[in-house]
Amino acid sequence: MAYALQQLINGVTLGMIYGLIAVGYTMVYGIIGMINFAHGDVFMIGSFLSLIAITGLSALGVTSVPLTLALTLVFAAAFAAIYGWAIERIAYRPLRGSFRLAPLISAIGMSIALQNFAQVAQGARDKNMPSMIPGGMSIFEQDGFVVQLSWMQIVIFVVTLSLLAIFTWLVTKTSLGRAMRACEQDLKMAALLGIDTNRTISLTFVIGAALAAVAGMMFLLYYGSINFYIGFNAGVKAFTAAVLGGVGSLPGAVIGGLAIGLIEAFWSGYGSVQYKDVAAFSVLIIVLIFMPSGLLGRADVEKV
Amino acid sequence: MFRRTLIAGAAALAFAGVMAAAPASAQIKIGTAGPITGSNATFGAQLKAGAQQAVDDINAKGGVLGKKLELSIGDDACDPKQAVSVANKFAADKVVFVAGHFCSSSSIPASKVYTEEGILQITPASTNPKFTDEGSWNTFRTCGRDDQQGAVAGALIAKEFKTRKIAVLHDNTAYGKGLADETKKAMNKLGVKETMYTAYVPGDKDYSALVSLMKKANVDVIYIGGYHTETGLIVKQAREQGMNVTVIGGDALVTNEFWQITGPLGEGTLMTFPSDPRTRPTAKAVVDAFKAKGIDPEGYVLYSYAAVEIWAKAATKAGTTDAKKVAETLHAGTWDTVLGKISYDKKGDVTVADYVFYIWHNGSYSEM
Repeated sequence: MAYALQQLINGVTLGMIYGLIAVGYTMVYGIIGMINFAHGDVFMIGSFLSLIAITGLSALGVTSVPLTLALTLVFAAAFAAIYGWAIERIAYRPLRGSFRLAPLISAIGMSIALQNFAQVAQGARDKNMPSMIPGGMSIFEQDGFVVQLSWMQIVIFVVTLSLLAIFTWLVTKTSLGRAMRACEQDLKMAALLGIDTNRTISLTFVIGAALAAVAGMMFLLYYGSINFYIGFNAGVKAFTAAVLGGVGSLPGAVIGGLAIGLIEAFWSGYGSVQYKDVAAFSVLIIVLIFMPSGLLGRADVEKV
Repeated sequence: MFRRTLIAGAAALAFAGVMAAAPASAQIKIGTAGPITGSNATFGAQLKAGAQQAVDDINAKGGVLGKKLELSIGDDACDPKQAVSVANKFAADKVVFVAGHFCSSSSIPASKVYTEEGILQITPASTNPKFTDEGSWNTFRTCGRDDQQGAVAGALIAKEFKTRKIAVLHDNTAYGKGLADETKKAMNKLGVKETMYTAYVPGDKDYSALVSLMKKANVDVIYIGGYHTETGLIVKQAREQGMNVTVIGGDALVTNEFWQITGPLGEGTLMTFPSDPRTRPTAKAVVDAFKAKGIDPEGYVLYSYAAVEIWAKAATKAGTTDAKKVAETLHAGTWDTVLGKISYDKKGDVTVADYVFYIWHNGSYSEM
């Protein structure tokens, strides 16, 4: 029982990070029907931006941890948002309306470009950082097994959940959200009704990139080791999460992320540590066989 | 008359030009290869620094057989496939000797190419026994072997942690699994049985599920055959989950990057490595040269230096750079190197390997 609870905590932490990235995939897909393969690399850029901010702030003599984290969050999210905007502007907008594989290929090119950019600009080595928020608390003990919850995990839960709450509010209650939903339903019709579709799509990329940057920051703080290649792995997992939850569905992305995180944790905990990726992808295949549009996806989507 | 002098003068000048150009074209090409990129890049940098310094020192003394050495650097990223293409590139460039690679999983496949192409290979760092056991006439090392290293680790575990619960982990690479298996064999022979033996996936960042699994089994000693990034993350995540464990690793933790990952949570981590080469009297001049350049010759830097040095000495003695003849000369002699005296057995292993225990304390490691 205690052991299962500990694995639950491990899985949920991982799942939250996947979920934050998956939201970006799913939003872009919902609106323009395209998988943004460069999204994982925006996550990577976000973690590098966080590292730069943390290093810079400590060089400037900022010692307060909460202040550093708050400033880093703003810096990373803002800069990554610019990246997101620029990527859409450079790689996707010129191709809108061309055949449907063109933006997909352009996205893969963008992903490679971002990886190589980070490798050249930041070096090919791992960047490591000791914990900024060390320690934690024991929440439960059974048969000598102590369930440990670290402060960093609590930070991840709180940040992810509040971001998702803000984001849900944005999509369901604001005029921007209404515009986004209209674009999702029918881009041409939305334009005819006076919605600035280009602006709405840009903002979608900006928000997705900011969320990915926050995930990148959490990743850096929690694991303390990043390199230019982390975007690929995290991107594949988050993409899987988005597909599992149903591409285009926001709650689906979060649920998919949590599902992948939990499958990995429980498979490692009760099965084999080596084959956790196999487990995660097997579940994906099984779900897709029986529910081709994912857990919460709608069946009527007919874009790519 | 004047005209003839002019022509003669011009001819002499042209000849002098040829003379000056001749040594530049008649260089001996040697190579070093390791992970210049990727998560083990810190070790690639160690190999490169050592080999470069050795080449500079040798060239300053006039080179080998009157020719200067030219060092080319290959990046295998610790990927076996990339290691083979680096080896083929070296062969195409007519490299006669390679000081490398770092990862055993790179050195072993690359050695097949070197054997075919007649290139001598001395690895400064690959400790997997297979490298020389299955290697050919051209494989040598300046480091020890994992069966020697594992025996030392196994003996310590059997002595100090006999009654504790021990987990043996490895990363499924040639180096990691090889080392973990040798250690397991050594401690089992001494009557100590591990509670758990499992592999983890290298390159992952999240080992929390594995840590919880060990916590459930009440493990209090973890032996890890793997590289510093993953070991660091496992140490960190184990401590964060409140495990009070002693972690023991191998020679792939000899880099300050380990501490950058763990911070103070890495306190007390143990590892095996040969007794510190930096403190040996034979190394003093070279260590000073490194320090003057602002490089700390930690880990495998001096092993890489020694690999180039020993090859240069053998080639000079053999009077040729022909790999077969140099290999025969290497087997026959005892060589003074920066690491002290080195001689080789039939397989190309060093006859003396002195693994000892190191402990991480407050950001640096020292002999126990």
